[in-house]
Amino acid sequence: MDLSISPEHEAFRREVRAWIQEALPPDLKAKAEVDAHFEMPESTRWHKILHQRGWAAPHWPAEWGGPGLDPTSRFILSEELELAGTPPLSPFGLAMVGPLLMQFGTAAQKQRFLPKIISAEEIWCQGYSEPNAGSDLASLRTAATKDAAGNYVVSGQKTWTTYAQYADWIFCLVRTDARGKKQEGISFLLIDMKSPGIEVKPMLTIGGTPAFCETFFTNVVVPAENLVGPEGGGWTLAKALLGHERTLIASVGASGRAVKRVKRIAEETKANGRRLIDDPLVRSRIAALEIRLRGLQMANYRALAGAQHGKAPGPESSILKLRGSEVTQQCYELAMELMGEDALTWFNEPGVVPPIEEWVPSSFCYTRATTIYGGSNEIQKNVIAKYILGLPGK
Amino acid sequence: MRFDLSQDQKMLVDTAASFAKKSSPVARARRLRADPRGFEPAVWKQMAELGWLGLCLPEQVGGFAGRFIDLALVIQQLGATLVPEPILPTVVLGGTALVAAGDSARWLAPLAAGELQVSLAVWERGGRFDPTWCETRAEKSAKGWRLSGEKVWVPGGHAADLFLVAARTGGSPGQAAGVSLFAVDRAALAALPVQTIDGRRAASIRLSSVEVGADRLLGGEGQAAPIIERALEAGCAAAAAEATGIAQAVLDMTVAYLKTREQFGALIGTFQALQHRSVEMFVETELLRGHAIEACLRIDEGDQEERHRAVAAAMVQVASGGRFVARQGIQLHGGIGCTDEHDVGLYLKRMQALSQMLGDEQHHLARFADLTQTRVAS
Repeated sequence: MDLSISPEHEAFRREVRAWIQEALPPDLKAKAEVDAHFEMPESTRWHKILHQRGWAAPHWPAEWGGPGLDPTSRFILSEELELAGTPPLSPFGLAMVGPLLMQFGTAAQKQRFLPKIISAEEIWCQGYSEPNAGSDLASLRTAATKDAAGNYVVSGQKTWTTYAQYADWIFCLVRTDARGKKQEGISFLLIDMKSPGIEVKPMLTIGGTPAFCETFFTNVVVPAENLVGPEGGGWTLAKALLGHERTLIASVGASGRAVKRVKRIAEETKANGRRLIDDPLVRSRIAALEIRLRGLQMANYRALAGAQHGKAPGPESSILKLRGSEVTQQCYELAMELMGEDALTWFNEPGVVPPIEEWVPSSFCYTRATTIYGGSNEIQKNVIAKYILGLPGK
Repeated sequence: MRFDLSQDQKMLVDTAASFAKKSSPVARARRLRADPRGFEPAVWKQMAELGWLGLCLPEQVGGFAGRFIDLALVIQQLGATLVPEPILPTVVLGGTALVAAGDSARWLAPLAAGELQVSLAVWERGGRFDPTWCETRAEKSAKGWRLSGEKVWVPGGHAADLFLVAARTGGSPGQAAGVSLFAVDRAALAALPVQTIDGRRAASIRLSSVEVGADRLLGGEGQAAPIIERALEAGCAAAAAEATGIAQAVLDMTVAYLKTREQFGALIGTFQALQHRSVEMFVETELLRGHAIEACLRIDEGDQEERHRAVAAAMVQVASGGRFVARQGIQLHGGIGCTDEHDVGLYLKRMQALSQMLGDEQHHLARFADLTQTRVAS
């Protein structure tokens, strides 16, 4: 056991840090400075810049354009990007459907889709949840039937199709067979968003930003070649994909950045003649938050060291999503309290509140989603109870 | 970074785990609550023979010059069955202070051989976990030094042969400079045994013009604060390791109980409220494990600032996460968990003791804040 970091990894961290400073365009840097919400086109711009450097898909194999980094370097890269507040890349192509196609797609599907995912020429969104199929995803009802030509014809409604308004493609779970167990009869389809019969209705999030969408399908024709895996085998793919998604959500770097923001607010804000950072109560609350983040960081390092030495994820990795999402929320909860009356602000002109505070209320609201997406924390707990603690089912 | 065990560490862990299970099940800790000594000299000797007492001591005194994490791995395993032998007071607190003070072979050799119990006596009434709050005084005398003062909650002090007593040779309470450390034989002072919540014992000691030789001053005159800090930090890291063993044991026994206890015609482990509570216990145990590993590794790796931060963070997690696990262990056992005859309560009490004997949550939170936050006001 040791905590040492190799000189190569130290050097790689410096390289990444320096590159970000140089490569991040000034307008995005200005938004990063105040942790503003990035719109999808901004994320896509940054995606293309990262792609030129070969760093858009750190976890992809070299065969498909990945940089061939070891797990620790990949972690360093993503941590530095988060710490610098760069626009988060859309996960739907890079982290979700891409790896899934590598695992389950045909040669033709890989060839057709993967190069345009990594280059951001095509933007993807996710069609999983439905109004009546949230945590209970297997209850989904969007139906795909076969027409005379052998195409699928899809009708139904998907919800939380984040950034569907920008997407060229959507990967969908659809019901191809309504008989039998509900987990059976689900299939995984790739659907062109330009297909006739698709309608997208963007929705504002609680944070006041346009991210969520509802997507409606009315007799949308999908070629049979866009089926991934066997017909009726979609649930297996969905579960594999949730696994990919969960490893992304510890967001230790992003929370680290949020803690720094909390500290800056405490240092720069006076209440009744005293800086908040000099108030013992505030100090201990910040310390408690930072210690929780530190614990999470160690869990992350333990999972990472395992991966670096070729081991399967251990129990420590299952806690990352659970606690990572909570710590993110706690950062913004504390920031809101430290802002006092300023916490009331909602998208005002510059100058109403200090720049470091401007985006906090929106982020505070939006981060409520972190304990819900990617399988709500209650679902995560069900999974841990069953698979790690071995507790009995009903 | 690596967190898997080396071949040697695996052997150490296996030996300690099997010792805890076979030679010292919880029933032994339960029985020894009534024993005025609280542990068994024969078992202590056995631990010396296993090499545990000298694991981190220099080879010149019969030790194995191992890393602190090795000892911590043993302590974690022994924590799982509440093994009561005084490794924390004698080996970690006493041994670390003696090593840090230097020139202590005359005590370290018998310590490693299991022939000497040592206690670190720093806490005083009125000085809340601040080792520099030292009103005990040492004045130069014809023979060497004359010590006067009182110490409280001296860990393992009821059975110590040698006390390492902090006494002020200069400065005033709260100042680091001027604190000195003296090795005082048991016969020279009055030690009053006191019982502690975890079924173990400590001592209150009084020094009334105790004369010690000049050779009993450890480290330089007035220079003991860093030695004491080092010993206390090692103690905290060891406490976090022991707390990890305790949390894991409580989690295991609680999950096992949920799988056998029936109510409303069903195993209570099928109830989602209880499943989610046990997942919270699992998460806090894993976080505690990570904090403990980091603190223990940093005892002899990396820079001092990082060590201070890691140790304070680990102790906050013992107090928050560790105690949460112990308390929920009782809750999920229901009424039987509140009886003296069920083991889970013994674990709660030891966890509580570990979380308050070397600085409590507030102390370590404030310490962590001072290490990581600026202060704008002077």
